[in-house]
Amino acid sequence: MTSIPLVAVVGNPNAGKSALFNMLTGARQKVGNYPGVTVERKSGRMALADGRPIELVDLPGAYSLDASSPDEAVTRDVVLGRQEGERLPDALLIVLDATNLDNHLRFALQVIGLGFPTVVALNMVDLARRDGLTIDKARLAAELGAPVIETVAVRKRGMEEVKAALGEAVLSERKAARPEEEFTGVQRRARAIASAATVGQTFTRRSTLAIDKVVLHPVGGLVFFFALMFLMFQAVFAWSEAPMGWIEAGQEWLGQAASAAIPEGFLRDVVVQGIIAGVGAVIVFLPQILILFLFILLLEATGYMVRAAFLMDKLMAKAGLSGHAFIPLLSSFACAIPGIMATRTIEDPKQRLTTILIAPLMTCAARLPVYGVIIGAVIPATTVGLGIGLQGLVMFGLYVLGIVGALLAGFLLRKTVTRGASQSFIMEMPKYQAPHLRPILIGLWQRGWAFLKRAGGIILAVTIALWLLSSYPVAPEGQKQTEYSIAGRIASGIEVVVRPIGFNHEIALALLPSMAAREVAVTSLQTVYAIDAEDEETAASEVSNQIAGRWSLATALAFLIWFVFAPQCLSTIAVARRETNGWKWPLFMLGYLFALAYVAAGATYWIATAAGL
Amino acid sequence: MAMRVSLDKLPFHRPATVTGIDWESLGESDAKRLRNLGFDEGVGIEALHSGLFGRDPLAIRIGRMQVAIRRAQAKTIMVEAAGA
Repeated sequence: MTSIPLVAVVGNPNAGKSALFNMLTGARQKVGNYPGVTVERKSGRMALADGRPIELVDLPGAYSLDASSPDEAVTRDVVLGRQEGERLPDALLIVLDATNLDNHLRFALQVIGLGFPTVVALNMVDLARRDGLTIDKARLAAELGAPVIETVAVRKRGMEEVKAALGEAVLSERKAARPEEEFTGVQRRARAIASAATVGQTFTRRSTLAIDKVVLHPVGGLVFFFALMFLMFQAVFAWSEAPMGWIEAGQEWLGQAASAAIPEGFLRDVVVQGIIAGVGAVIVFLPQILILFLFILLLEATGYMVRAAFLMDKLMAKAGLSGHAFIPLLSSFACAIPGIMATRTIEDPKQRLTTILIAPLMTCAARLPVYGVIIGAVIPATTVGLGIGLQGLVMFGLYVLGIVGALLAGFLLRKTVTRGASQSFIMEMPKYQAPHLRPILIGLWQRGWAFLKRAGGIILAVTIALWLLSSYPVAPEGQKQTEYSIAGRIASGIEVVVRPIGFNHEIALALLPSMAAREVAVTSLQTVYAIDAEDEETAASEVSNQIAGRWSLATALAFLIWFVFAPQCLSTIAVARRETNGWKWPLFMLGYLFALAYVAAGATYWIATAAGL
Repeated sequence: MAMRVSLDKLPFHRPATVTGIDWESLGESDAKRLRNLGFDEGVGIEALHSGLFGRDPLAIRIGRMQVAIRRAQAKTIMVEAAGA
């Protein structure tokens, strides 16, 4: 069978490559991984006007074929036909930023030299025009020896022309590759072509310069940055209140409906108290997680993220890192896994390793349910003035603690196990762009769906397993079920270790399953309280009410601090193993984080107890 | 009179041209990164912003691109600005 023609989309970072890819393929995308490396492979299909299908693959952005990161190496290897798990493309779609031709043409020239049938998308022509740049399309096409099509990917302009040109390109034969040219030569040729094809030259990108005047101001920029971070975390709470109420109401309705439908007994208990109440206790945090991701996606899409890295560079330098480490660390606020994968852009191996080791200290979204439940249970919902809620403030404090802990850990690691030369910080600062709804929505959808799949998969499985392990063997009269059962006995073993830091038997029981995913701590506590409950009503009541009634403030605070530091999720350990090629560093990470968690939670408990809390 | 200085000493908002880069002292990976961002002799350059602490790092314009770079690396780049 003849396979569908493959077109690889290539271009510099910030050329609008992914936007173009999204517009051409629509929602029909497949996200996978290249074998052996953790580089994402995004592919999708599009249909030509005559109905022929074409497969598009969105290769990572690259500055040149002279790769300096694993992502760029994948792009190079695909176009050279050396990438495992990818066939040689039949044609290439090169995406150029019309406002930055001198730089983007270099990579384009290198790639065109390979001889593939090529179509060039001259993207962001609207921005170029606004900047006073006019590009002579015909001249450019003649110099490059490939059709040039003006596009504005985010506005869907030029898509039909691109499709038509690709339809022709995939039918053409590949030419012989030109001999490889010396880098500086290509560079200068690119500049010469850019200046010949560009009519009307201004250096200013007025809007970007104007915004930078404010957000990169030495003092004002930092004030803006911290205000933005604070707004982000307040929004996570303030905006999520209503949708969380709806989810809780839906969950309650579902529980009642299930109670009515299933006869009383073990099955009803599992379904109503275990699955609906347990998984529901996690799903209720979906709005908060989506709001957090919304902010991160917006920061990335607008171009502010690199400015934040710029502002934070000096601070990161104090911890032996650089602004490069900021972006993976900020992503780790959503989840350490994409955060650790994002460290691939850090070239220095020691700095990258340090960033991987401290990434789990950033408060990931999975901690939100844990923090949310405990804070909701023990911290009063009062305001401290200016409309700032105390609960939000405590949450902010936990985030800050994670950051400070990470920077201190980074500092110490760089002095000891990951010692190395001081770092450089060299990074493109892309122009600002108004964010577009569609890619943001696609990003939110992918992340929200991943969270729900976790809730539906791992969390559901662990919850059911825990329910079974906590229900059998059945305790004789006078003994507590959660102590007599298998899970209870395991927990009693753990309790010996964690008793000194103020943890009770229920917490000990929740710690082990929460290694699968942190959120499971909440469902586990829900399970424990439901099984031990004297009556149906208590069993179905919210876990935070149970905690409010049973835990001392000192224990609750120690539990929160534990979760700031503890390396609680196995997926993070697994990705650290993959990214560091071995078990040495993930085990080191596990050890140092557990030690840190134990000491910090213990100190919190002892101090809080001494203070009479 | 033309002014010849290293990039870290170039006054802000004074358009200049790169006259030479000490690739040797940059080290391989930084040199590659700068080349990939278009650093080369004859390219237009301008210092735009700096961070608060130690006025580091710098935000500069190179060609039509904006790039962040630390002072330590900026020292290796010689530039020439037209007389003011």
